[in-house]
Amino acid sequence: MHYFGDPAIWLPFVFAALMGVSILIYVVLDGFDLGVGVLFPLAEDDEKDRMIASIGPFWDANETWLVLAVGLLLVAFPSAHGTILTALYLPVAIMLIGLILRGVAFEFRAKAPAPHKRLWNNAFFAGSLMTSLSQGFMLGMYVMGLEWTWLNVAFALLTAVFLTVGYSFIGATWVIHKTSEALQIKAVEWAKGGIWGLVLGIAAISLATPFVSARIFDKWFSWPEALYLAPLPILSAILVFWLWSMLRRMPHPEDRRSWQPFAAATALWVMAFGGMAYSFYPYVVPEQLTIYDAASAPESLFIILIGTCIVLPTIMGYTVLSYVIFRGKATELRYD
Amino acid sequence: MELETLLLSRIQFAANISFHILFPTITIALGWVLLFFKLRYNRTGEERWMEAYRFWVKIFALSFAMGVVSGITMSFQFGTNWPGFMEKVGNIAGPLLAYEIMTAFFLEAVFLGIMLFGFSRVPNWLHTLATFLVAFGTMMSAFWIIVLNSWMHTPQGFEMIDGVAHATDWSAIIFNPSMPYRFTHMVLASFLTVSFLIAGVSAFRWLIGGRTEGVRVALKTAVIGAALLIPVQIFVGDMHGLNTKEYQPAKVAAMEGNWETDTGVPLVLFAIPDEEARENRFEIGIPKLASFILTHDWNGEVKGLNDFVTEDGEVLHPRVSPVFWSFRVMVGTGLLMLLVSWTATYMIMRRKRGVEGLPKPMLYALVGMSFSGWLATLAGWYTTEIGRQPWLVHGVLSTKEAVADVPAPLVLSTLIAYLAVYAALLLAYIFVIFYLARKAARGEEIGTRVAPSPAAAPKAMPAE
Repeated sequence: MHYFGDPAIWLPFVFAALMGVSILIYVVLDGFDLGVGVLFPLAEDDEKDRMIASIGPFWDANETWLVLAVGLLLVAFPSAHGTILTALYLPVAIMLIGLILRGVAFEFRAKAPAPHKRLWNNAFFAGSLMTSLSQGFMLGMYVMGLEWTWLNVAFALLTAVFLTVGYSFIGATWVIHKTSEALQIKAVEWAKGGIWGLVLGIAAISLATPFVSARIFDKWFSWPEALYLAPLPILSAILVFWLWSMLRRMPHPEDRRSWQPFAAATALWVMAFGGMAYSFYPYVVPEQLTIYDAASAPESLFIILIGTCIVLPTIMGYTVLSYVIFRGKATELRYD
Repeated sequence: MELETLLLSRIQFAANISFHILFPTITIALGWVLLFFKLRYNRTGEERWMEAYRFWVKIFALSFAMGVVSGITMSFQFGTNWPGFMEKVGNIAGPLLAYEIMTAFFLEAVFLGIMLFGFSRVPNWLHTLATFLVAFGTMMSAFWIIVLNSWMHTPQGFEMIDGVAHATDWSAIIFNPSMPYRFTHMVLASFLTVSFLIAGVSAFRWLIGGRTEGVRVALKTAVIGAALLIPVQIFVGDMHGLNTKEYQPAKVAAMEGNWETDTGVPLVLFAIPDEEARENRFEIGIPKLASFILTHDWNGEVKGLNDFVTEDGEVLHPRVSPVFWSFRVMVGTGLLMLLVSWTATYMIMRRKRGVEGLPKPMLYALVGMSFSGWLATLAGWYTTEIGRQPWLVHGVLSTKEAVADVPAPLVLSTLIAYLAVYAALLLAYIFVIFYLARKAARGEEIGTRVAPSPAAAPKAMPAE
């Protein structure tokens, strides 16, 4: 027996885990800046500037987690990448156009002549909305097994709305942390309105998931497996309750605890994601292709792993560094 | 139907990657130019270098954003349109793409924040370091992508097991025969593109009266840089061509418009290649010159396109016209760059008159050449990539084997949407560059992302 066991077994698992972590980091980090974009029309002009400033130094690094996640899917599970993305051809195209619009709107709204600014504000909102909706749609289709039936599309449309509201919720908690005064008070209201999107979204997916596949149903409701999953709904319920009571009392004097809603929202996100990952494992294309069937050759995965072990901690390190450098309340972003 | 999907998918991929490559072409070299400005400033303490830095870092930010978002599109399109690519050669393409994403993308994206907005927030050395790391990251990004692209042209270091490529020798894969030429050619193309962009925009600012010291150093640096690099580029391009002749003779035959294998082949300056009759019409050529350039022998033998048709009539060479013409556009633009940059340098050097030595027509010519680098780069990529057809990976995987079975109307509708977005963004990009130039020429402060307003006034600065 090998010391590490069979590389055809542990390498795919390691890469599935890395991909999972990337997706999770992506939905939290880009989730908040997409959410800020979705909330854009609700803000006044000068507030828009501060909202942009609160995500300005981070957004493109946030988006690269999506590139890493889809990149890992591409390089570690090539056949799954093909199957999933061909099935989701249209929502992927809409998402990409959305990402393009919002990404460039960041730059253009700051540099274009003042009369054009409104146009780029709209592009930023529209791009964020397109991205969020199509990601939610893809999530729904994925959960339902990537089959284009009317029922599945209807479900996916529902998750599209829920995920968008969920993103706006985590976006609002970010704004609470990064701003002050009137805008902060506004953001508390947005968060109160948005938390329901997250709760309903988690509920809808939780209800649908076990009924799509008997395998997942067994995983959830047979003894003792049900025990492993039990902490997730209980902890999530506690977190939602805590968030709600916290938001009702916000903002606190001297800005105390302004980071807590964002942290709690992140924790909620982590749990929802953990539940999904647990349910779908070992499948990367639901009920069709396991991570072991879809994985690249072990020798290629090993080459990638060496790089990953060096690069990933570095990335984590300087991601933290950049959040530390731009910590505190969002101020004017200046090129000096 | 199948054919339509293939053709539309190819057009869509070409559209996306053409749009994408415009921006890395700028950022690869502009990062190093910014580092140069910053280092000059660190050494001399002269404000003019920082003035140039501050203006061009904004163009960098804009180009970078365009590059990031259009690059994300690419990583999805492998799956949506070309699933056969990763299925067959994923074991090789995968690690190369992974290294591109990991080392480079993140290095750029994270330090970019510090480079753009950190000047007054971090120590000067860290800001300089961030500038260096962004430039280095962009370069590494280009390196890995060019490695993969070159491997698709000149694959080696692998074996086929059950129809799937498995790597056997990574250093052979990375240092595949065309990689050193292609990488050098592309990096130089990037520096030339940036040189002409900086020269053009600076000449524009100079013409409309923004004659600051920052404009002066930028214009001078760019013109002299271009003049130094263009002969190197022509030399490297020639070596790249010789390398192509060895490994992809069909491509060279298409570039030259040479149908029949022969000795003492003329260099075709102009012709209209007729794919049906398999001959050139209206050909104007210089006798024996192609043989001399390609074999360094006036009577050397050069392979013709007819050698790449199998006995049962399958054509294994690319369509001739697009390769033939894009090659001529590239070479023509390159020669024009040589002419303009050398003339301008001579005018600047003459009696040490500096930028004042440039007459108005020359300044207008430089403005007109602002995006000449884009033209040459795109034409060059079309030459090499269309020249690779009908292969996706030369001799290993054909393009039509790799395409996804997506209905043609769906590909068409998304293609139209992409094209509309790209056209709009390209216009906006060029418009904004010249808008920023005009604003800078009027001496207005630019680039503050947030207009100061009463509500934003109480700024809570981070504790420092």
